[in-house]
Amino acid sequence: MQLSRDDLLQAYRRMRLIREFEDAVHDEFSAGNIPGFVHLYAGEEASAVGFCMHLDERDAIASTHRGHGHCIAKGCDERAMMFEIFGKKDGLCGGKGGSMHIADLSKGMMGANGIVGGGPPLICGAALSAKTLKTGGVAIAFVGDGGSNQGTTFESYNLAKVWNLPAIFVIEDNGYAETTSSSWSVAGSQVDRGKGFGMPAVQVDGSDFFAVWEVAREAIERARGGGGPSLVHVKCMRYYGHFEGDAATYKAPDEVARYKATKDPLMLFRQRVTEAGLLDGQALDAIDREAKARIEQCVAEAKAAPLPTEKDLLTDVYTSPY
Amino acid sequence: MSKKTYRQAINEALRQEMERDERVIIMGEDIAGGLGSPGEQDAWGGPLGVTKGLMPKFGRDRVLDTPITESGFIGAAVGAAATGLRPVAELMFVDFFGVCFDQIFNQAAKFKYMFGGKAVTPVVIRTMYGAGFRAASQHSQCLYPVFTHIPGLKVALPSNPYEAKGLLIQSIRDDDPVIFFEHKAMYDLEGEVPDEPYAIPFGEANVTREGDDATIIAFGRMVNFANDVADKLSKQGISCTVVDPRTTSPLDTETILETAAETGRVVVVDEAHPRCNMATDVAALIAQDAFDKLKAPIKMVTAPHCPVPFSPALEDLYIPGPDKIEAAVRAVVGKAH
Repeated sequence: MQLSRDDLLQAYRRMRLIREFEDAVHDEFSAGNIPGFVHLYAGEEASAVGFCMHLDERDAIASTHRGHGHCIAKGCDERAMMFEIFGKKDGLCGGKGGSMHIADLSKGMMGANGIVGGGPPLICGAALSAKTLKTGGVAIAFVGDGGSNQGTTFESYNLAKVWNLPAIFVIEDNGYAETTSSSWSVAGSQVDRGKGFGMPAVQVDGSDFFAVWEVAREAIERARGGGGPSLVHVKCMRYYGHFEGDAATYKAPDEVARYKATKDPLMLFRQRVTEAGLLDGQALDAIDREAKARIEQCVAEAKAAPLPTEKDLLTDVYTSPY
Repeated sequence: MSKKTYRQAINEALRQEMERDERVIIMGEDIAGGLGSPGEQDAWGGPLGVTKGLMPKFGRDRVLDTPITESGFIGAAVGAAATGLRPVAELMFVDFFGVCFDQIFNQAAKFKYMFGGKAVTPVVIRTMYGAGFRAASQHSQCLYPVFTHIPGLKVALPSNPYEAKGLLIQSIRDDDPVIFFEHKAMYDLEGEVPDEPYAIPFGEANVTREGDDATIIAFGRMVNFANDVADKLSKQGISCTVVDPRTTSPLDTETILETAAETGRVVVVDEAHPRCNMATDVAALIAQDAFDKLKAPIKMVTAPHCPVPFSPALEDLYIPGPDKIEAAVRAVVGKAH
């Protein structure tokens, strides 16, 4: 299977949209316009998009506290997402979830999650639904290097394997759980952990969209074909702090700058496709402009949008009568 | 209608709902038993035999034995509920919620609200609770007040076989996460149970006795003790109303307030520890909204503020039994006279 021209344009568009979205949220948060906690995905775009390019409406993903990128990659509406992050009534979750709980089950996006390691058991459930209802769907848990050390994650590896679920565990290792380096906090290796549970497990360079796309394809095809769960360890870099407001002084001074200059996933994608003659620079420039304009529009509309009111406080607690 | 045990009533509810709706699956540790083992399959049917016979009937695709991995499979039940199935997961003892509570109270309970109403999570967690089994501190607690505290959850406490079947069927048909508490000392309790499926609505208390002198509001197994006390005292000229709220969330505050106001003398019976339990909750409700109708201070009969002890000599002291309930009723009635 090869990426078509449309696929390439779509992949770049989604990665660029994530980058613009996160840069805008960074600016707006810095200006004091966004309440609460936000955790930005800039720098890790190739992971979310590399996996989600293979997914459709049958498939589910669970995200982390760093969830905006997974949302956009899975097809959530970026305008409603921006409204949500601003806490507005017409946000993706009515302003009740915010950045840490942003979700759209109608798109198979089971939520960012405020609990580190909260997603993997849920994804076992989504995979069980797909298997039981014979939808052909798969389910992907995105987990950080921090979440990779939670017991829920290990329990999910085991459960997915013994139930032979169409589940994929994607460990997005951006090097730091908050301030603590994964070189210290993770005993053994992520790949060995996966193999220890009897799962196929590989490591991939998260700056390389094409490498991610290829390992994702293998894992997802295996799951769809009844071959059970897999683990993928994605090495990547987050450009901003753990949350907005974190100056990330625990990183080496030139760590992010050097990565941006040499390994930025959007830059590498552009180099690769233009050098190979797959896309021309002008088409990519056009996407850059469109994405920037789109996010500027989302921010402007989100700022002007109405807030939820008191009558929204007690709705949506239960579905059946209470 | 025929006589069935609490255990049989629960089994029948599961079987009938699984027959009605293919999306209903059940999962838990050894709910069939023997998976991967050389000997008998469906060896246990759950540790106390509640789910016996369901695996042979519905197969291992719908009756899923799990590893001992409560966070993993309770979370999987929640995730499956959010994506199209209607799972009934068995948390063997409620005491084990400590190793999986995040998936219940931070995930299942909050999806609906956090996702702006765009989530439906019809998961049921069946769990054993209560003292009287000499099962000691980590297998005997009540803990339903903890779940009752959490918006987004519903909590059912069936007090007999009829209630167990009707409330479990309602739990499975309900579109919200429901924690279904089964008292382990009641599995052999017999009662009349209709053969056909029926659902008992949540939040509608059952008034099991009607009287003029005192109102006893009791939860779960304690309803049976309260009924016995009411029957005994009625022969001695003290007539009691007994209220079984059936569910602690939602709570039928209307019936509680009405029946409290009718007699003006209230005893609340709760097997849970005394702080922040259903007894304090109901007492506070009545004190706030029906204070002017009270003729005596409210009495609370609860377990003490200590872990559940092992020794039968101590556990018998721990349980709020009929003697303590009777003494409390006599006290509220006596004060008024």
